[in-house]
Order: sequence, then C-alpha cells, then structure tokens
Amino acid sequence: MYVAVKGGEKAIDNAHRLLASTRRGDPAVPAIGVDQIDGQLGIAVARVMAEGSLYDRRIAALAIKQARGDLIEAIFLVRAYRTTLPRFGYSQPLDTDAMFIARRISATYKDLPGGQVLGPTFDYTHRLIDFALETDADAPEAPAESNEQPAPAPHVTALLDGEGLIERNPAPAVDAVVGDLTREPLSFPADRDLRLQNLARGDEGFLLALGYSTQRGFGRTHPFVGEVRFGEVEVEFFAEELGFAVPLGRIEVTECEMVTQFRGGAGAPPQFTRGYGLVFGQSERKAMSMALVDRALRTREFGEDIDAPAQDEEFVLSHSDNVQATGFVEHLKLPHYVDFQAELGLIRTLRAEHAARRAPDAAEPAERREAAE
Amino acid sequence: MSAALLAPEADDDRPLLTVSGLTKYYGERPGCLDVGFDLHPGEVLAIVGESGSGKSTLLSLLACRLAPTRGTIRYRMRNGAMRDVMSLTEAERRLLMRTDWGFVHQDAAQGLRMRVSAGANVGERLMALGQRHYGDIRAQAKDWLQRVEIDTDRIDDPPRSFSGGMRQRLQIARNLVTAPRLVLMDEPTGGLDVSVQARLLDLLRGLVADLGLAVVIVTHDLAVARLVSHRLMVMRQGSVIETGLTDQVLDDPREPYTQLLVSSVLQV
Amino acid sequence: MNAPAASGYNFAYLDEQTKRMIRRAILKAIAIPGYQVPFASREMPMPYGWGTGGVQVTASIIGEDDVLKVIDQGSDDTTNAVSIRKFFEKTTGVATTTATGEATIIQTRHRIPEAPLTEGQVLVYQVPIPEPLRFLEPRETETRTMHALEEYGLMHVKLYEDIARHGHIATSYDYPVMVAGRYLMDPSPTPKFDNPKMHRSAALQLFGAGREKRIYAIPPYTDVVSLDFEDHPFEVNRFDTPCALCGASGVYLDEVVLDDRGRRMFVCSDTDHCETRRADGHRGADGDATP
Repeated sequence: MYVAVKGGEKAIDNAHRLLASTRRGDPAVPAIGVDQIDGQLGIAVARVMAEGSLYDRRIAALAIKQARGDLIEAIFLVRAYRTTLPRFGYSQPLDTDAMFIARRISATYKDLPGGQVLGPTFDYTHRLIDFALETDADAPEAPAESNEQPAPAPHVTALLDGEGLIERNPAPAVDAVVGDLTREPLSFPADRDLRLQNLARGDEGFLLALGYSTQRGFGRTHPFVGEVRFGEVEVEFFAEELGFAVPLGRIEVTECEMVTQFRGGAGAPPQFTRGYGLVFGQSERKAMSMALVDRALRTREFGEDIDAPAQDEEFVLSHSDNVQATGFVEHLKLPHYVDFQAELGLIRTLRAEHAARRAPDAAEPAERREAAE
Repeated sequence: MSAALLAPEADDDRPLLTVSGLTKYYGERPGCLDVGFDLHPGEVLAIVGESGSGKSTLLSLLACRLAPTRGTIRYRMRNGAMRDVMSLTEAERRLLMRTDWGFVHQDAAQGLRMRVSAGANVGERLMALGQRHYGDIRAQAKDWLQRVEIDTDRIDDPPRSFSGGMRQRLQIARNLVTAPRLVLMDEPTGGLDVSVQARLLDLLRGLVADLGLAVVIVTHDLAVARLVSHRLMVMRQGSVIETGLTDQVLDDPREPYTQLLVSSVLQV
Repeated sequence: MNAPAASGYNFAYLDEQTKRMIRRAILKAIAIPGYQVPFASREMPMPYGWGTGGVQVTASIIGEDDVLKVIDQGSDDTTNAVSIRKFFEKTTGVATTTATGEATIIQTRHRIPEAPLTEGQVLVYQVPIPEPLRFLEPRETETRTMHALEEYGLMHVKLYEDIARHGHIATSYDYPVMVAGRYLMDPSPTPKFDNPKMHRSAALQLFGAGREKRIYAIPPYTDVVSLDFEDHPFEVNRFDTPCALCGASGVYLDEVVLDDRGRRMFVCSDTDHCETRRADGHRGADGDATP
C-alpha cells in the first residue's frame, strides 16, 4: 500500500547523527587530533587555507577533520567561518624578496644569487609506496642546516629586468584601490588585481587543467619557471594611529614567477612577459598553474586573439571557485520533482504527436519531397 | 555532356567543370536537388536566390565540404583528364584545393590565418607547394598585395589590423597566388559597405578577365551577379528554376519567382 | 627512501610484457624514421613531464651488461638526472657512469653530449610534446592527416613569420627537422645547437613521450635536416666566449649569474665534457673556479 513520503525532519536529524558517527569511525581507534592534521597533513592544511582565503592553520585543520578529509568541504567551512570575522583593514604588500626561504628553484638559470634551494619537496622522489610508514617508524633526522647567514636571493625577474629583457610590472597609481572580490561582485572586464585574487582563491584542479591546456597548445605562452620560492614572509599592517607599519607575524607562502613568450615588434624591442602566482602555504602546483593562467588571461592586454579556454576571462573567473561550483553541481541532488513533472507531461505530449505524424508518412514514402522544406 | 568530353576540339572549348544530378538531403529535408551545369574556362557563373534556397549547400558540395546524397562533380585536371572529384584520394583532393582551386569565404576570418602576417597568408600556398626561398616568396606576396591594391607596407601586419574590404582582397590574393583555374566564392561582398563592395567587384572583374579564371559565385545580390557574371542560375527550395545568360535572365526573367526577385531589386 | 623499493619489482621496474610491447613500438619507430608510433604508456613512479617516456624506453631496452649515463641539461648531477639514475641503479643494479664514451645507453633531457657518439650507443630522449605541428594545429586528427599527406607548408609559415618579424628564424630550441626526407619531427626541446649532431649520427636515437604516448626514432646514419629557407639557412646558436672553466669553444654554454649586479660566467653545459677537458689540462679564463 502506498504511503506518502513524510517525516523529512526526523530523517535529516538521523542523517546528521549518522554522519557524525561515520566521521568518528571505529571508536576503538584513537581520534585524529587537530595538531596531527596541522603537523602531518600540512599540504592539505595549506590548500584549505589558500582556497578558503583565510590564513589560520588551526581552523583549517579542524575543518579538514570535520569534513572527513573532503578538502572542498573543508574550504567551504573555512569560507563560511571567514565571512563572520571582523575586518580591520588591508595589510601592506608582502615583500617576498625578503622571504625566509625554505625552497627556491629556478629553471632558467643553473646557478644564481641565493642559489638553488631544494627544500622539502616530492620532486626528486620515486613514487613507490613506502611501507615503512605503515608502522610508527622513528622520525628521520632533518639534515643539518648551515648556520651561515643565507645569501640574499633577488627575484630572477629582477635579474632579467636589470638587462631590460622582461616587461616591467606597472607601478600602481598612487591612490589606486586594489579590488576585493569578497567585498564587490565580480564584473567584466576584470583588471589584473581582481583576476589574481580570483585565481588565488580558485580551485587547484581547475587551474591545473587550464594551465596544462596552455602547455598543450590551447593558448600557448612558452613558459619558463623563472623561479618558485616557498618560505615565510612578514605581514605588516599600517596602523593609522601610530603612523607606521607594525609587523603582525609571519605566514608561509609559495610564489611563482613565470617568464613567458616575448612581445614586441616594430614599435618596441622584444621583451619577455610575466605570469604571476602566489598562494598560502606550500603549493607549487597551484602557484605555477596560477601563473600560467594569469599570463593566459593577459592575452587581451597584448592585443592577441582570444581563442583558448584559458584566455577567456569570463569563462575562467566564473568557474574557478570550487565552493560555488560544488554547490551548484551538487544542488542537482535537491528535489526537482515539480519541474520534472512538467517535463514528463511535455515529453509524453510530444511523443504522442510524433507518433500521429509518422503514421500516414509510413504509408507514402514518395511524399518526402513535399513534406520537407 | 559526355559528348562534349569526347569532342576533339580545342582545350578551352571543353568544360572545366561538369556537375550533374547533384542532390543533398539533410535527413529528410532537401538542401539541393538534381543540380547540373557545365562551367568553361574563364566563365563566371552566379548562383542567386534567397537565403535557404540551397545556393550555399550547392557551393559546399562543389567545394567537397559536404558529401552529396547523389550526383557527380567532374573536373578537368591540368593534365586534361576529367576526374570525379569525389573519387579523388584525400591527398589528391587536398592538393587540388590548394593549387588549382580557390575558395573565397564571406567571412574573411574563415579563409585567412588571422594571427599571421599578410605576407605569410599569401605565401602559405607557395610554401605548401615546396617553395623554400624566403625572398622569392616575399616578392610574390608583395606582387599579389599590389594586384589586390593593398599597400605593400602592410605585408608584415596581421589581417586582424585590416579593414573588412582589405581582408577580403587579401583572401583573394591568398587564393590566386598559385594561379588556380577555378575559384568558388561565397557572398564575397556580403557585410561590406556599398562603396567598398563596388571597389572589390571592380577588382574581381579585372582579375577574372586578366587571369581567365572560371568562377562560381554565390550571392543573394542581383547587382553583384549583373556586374561580374556571364551566366546566372536562380535557385529556389533547393532546385534550379531558371538559368541563362546573366543579362538575358535579369532583363527578361521567364519565371514568376525570378521576376519577383528582379523587381524587388529594382524597387530598392 | 627507507623501504626496499627494488624488491618485489621486476628488473628495470616494468614487467616483461610491457617491455615487449614497448620494444615492438621501438622497432616500428626504427623502421619508419621520424614517425610517431603510439604506445600504451604506463604510469611510472615519477610524474608525467619528468621523463616517463624516456624512462620507459630505457627500461625496455636495458640489459644487465649495459652501462647507463643520465643527463639533464647536459649535466649528470642535475636533480632529475640524479633521480632517474638512482631509479635505474635501484631497479636494475647495472653500472652507471658519467663518461659519455663509456656509456652504452644515455638517457637525456634537452641536450646531446658534445663528444661524438659511436656505433652501439643508444641515446634516449625524454620528450614532452612529440608533435612538431602541435602549436600550429592543436588537433591530433588533423596533424596525423598532415603527416600522412606530407603537408608541411604550415611549418614554413611559422618560420616565414619569424623572419618577417625578427629578421631571422626565432626558434632556438625544439627546432623542427625532416627525418630521412619524409617525416617532420620534433627533436625534443634540445637547443638547435644540437640539431646537426642528430644528422647521420652513428648512434641509435630513441625518443619517448610518456604523457602523449608516442615513441619515435632515428636509426644510425639517417639524414636529419633542420628546416630553413634557401636564403635564410639554418644556423646554430653561437657563443661569444669560450667556456670559462675549460676554455672549450664550439660547445653549448650555460649562463651562471654570479651576483645581482649583472656579473655572469659562461660554462660548458655538458659537465662530463668540461671535466674531461680540465683533467686533460685545458683551462679557461676562470679555470680555477669551481662552479
């Protein structure tokens, strides 16, 4: 016997309880600590901070725990938390030249001032499952670090600029206001500040695919990694009442500067162009993808034709946010009974009409010439 | 038609292109029905009709961009042999298309490489044929730019920076650089200002006469047909309803539909 | 890595079935010089773009008696070269060397050694994008047709544009070549300086592209011609100064930035070549420096 579906509220409560117990897993196994996530899943924490647009390791680690390791869900939690925070103002621009470098590599020069600093990286490892990690093996010792004062590491692009080989970054107008997507809705065409902010918050996988597409010929930019650097930088805040900037603390960031295809022609000598990426924490993949996409999005600026997805500002900026994307894709799970019922009615009518039309046709195939047009 | 093939007359008395029974259905809808004609060297045939009349379908069939449902397109190759274009291998057909044939699109952006220079646009066919002397290729490109009245100073500029009329003239130069014998044109003056149209038509007429080109030109504009073509085919609902010498058809249209077309132009 | 990685894996990591499949592709590639043979590229324990194609080719041809040399940017001690050399040390136990003359297999990224290769040697290139027409025509279906019909005019359009815009062909690496007069081939992103070394080389040259799943080859003593125009002939990159360490000229040099005030030094990109020369007593302007 048919019983109409009712009792949604109770079902939802039960689902939430089930989620909570599933999240916890087997109670005989110790619960994972937020400090463990922060300390041992640092790259996941970095991604959640970057795409959640909030530099707070503890909140990000907690969100990962709550989201059962679903990073987009964790990013969503962080974003929702972030909007509730009071705002004091904007920090001073970061001085990445003064970074306390943990890793810094250049693909354009074999050696350069400041050197190649390999740092903690998967790059040169073989991807063989290390079964030793299954047991609580003793922590390997970190290699000894020299006590020497590290040599200053000027940006590679500055070295190129010294010879005039690369375009200058335009100096910002004196009272230029930097856009902020979290305060003003995005509109097109968007300037580079807004585009970079959008990319910095954008989904790593989406930017990776777009950056990759430019390498495969859909909007090629001939990129070289001028450098990727990762380390801590000081954040400073200009306090009006004091009249000078005060340090707030250090954050970890990854910065990538791509040196890309030159422009120039009859009017101007050829110069390399730039693509820029900056993200919270250690994420070279994201910083590099961002730099590739940034350069691709500058196509219009260089007077080139826009014909590849990565060059299409509206396409890229409108679809980069994974919180928006996951919301809309997953909303298809919500009830659509009413709309679907209307579609059902329509398709039945159309099929009936089609069948009625076909019936006489079948008897007279020679009529096709008249029937058409 | 087959009699003409066997006739032992001078080369130019034999048709360059012989089309017969050409038919194309899109599903059940006919695009083009049983079209046939001969085209002789140096002859300009205009195909006119309203939009949806099947004239663009016909041109796509001639250019081998669409496969016909029925019918044949036979072309006299440079060695004198008549070949069914559809039976050529893809290599032969592509070679034919970029040497002995030309195609002028209504939208020049479809017929040009918009991001490479005018010189390279004109030189591409030469390079495809194996020319490997930069200076020679450039000299020929310059010569052709002059012939289509484009300032040779613009040789290194991309067509993006050209006006609509210049793009169209560049497209024509790109096609003619290999001295083709047959050029297909799809509304080459469509979308251009009237004064620009007049200049382009004038240029086309001169080139066609100088080079002895055979041309099939599709247009909805009877004035264009009158200016450049020798013969005219009027299409309606996929079929050819009237054909004859251009002046004859336009001055004394036989079919009521053609009369309507002609009178509507005259009223404008 | 602490785990005993090599145990539990076959000699040279790949299973024998996979190696046979790859060797069949290599044989076909040798039979049709310059033609890109599709092959079922495997997932490898290093990322795509880091030499998975070259590693699969090397793994398929290497035997216990081989002596392996791995270079990246001409150097044996760059990170990726070290990583790949260690991989083969661990998975095969074969002897490795940095001396070009001693190696039977040389896997390379971006360079061909300065010392001429000899019969019996195999040079394995790591290839990121095997299709020379890719950046003119992104679609694989179209580029395969162009190769089949030998329609290479478009490549010359690109070179024409370079000359029109810059006065000469502005392609300095990845410079396209015709192999055995038939197939247009991408020499991988080696500087064009190395192109002449491919021409009629005594060694077998194999190219592996893992991500794009293609293998191609130049058999020994095959004609390899760099594309050009009669009046703008192909030229190799030239350097104004000899190597600052060993004094070699006519070799490819790396630019080393010494400080942020623009001081620079040029040294051999082929580190084995440079060290061999210095061991033989050659000295450059900065001969006592250690780079």
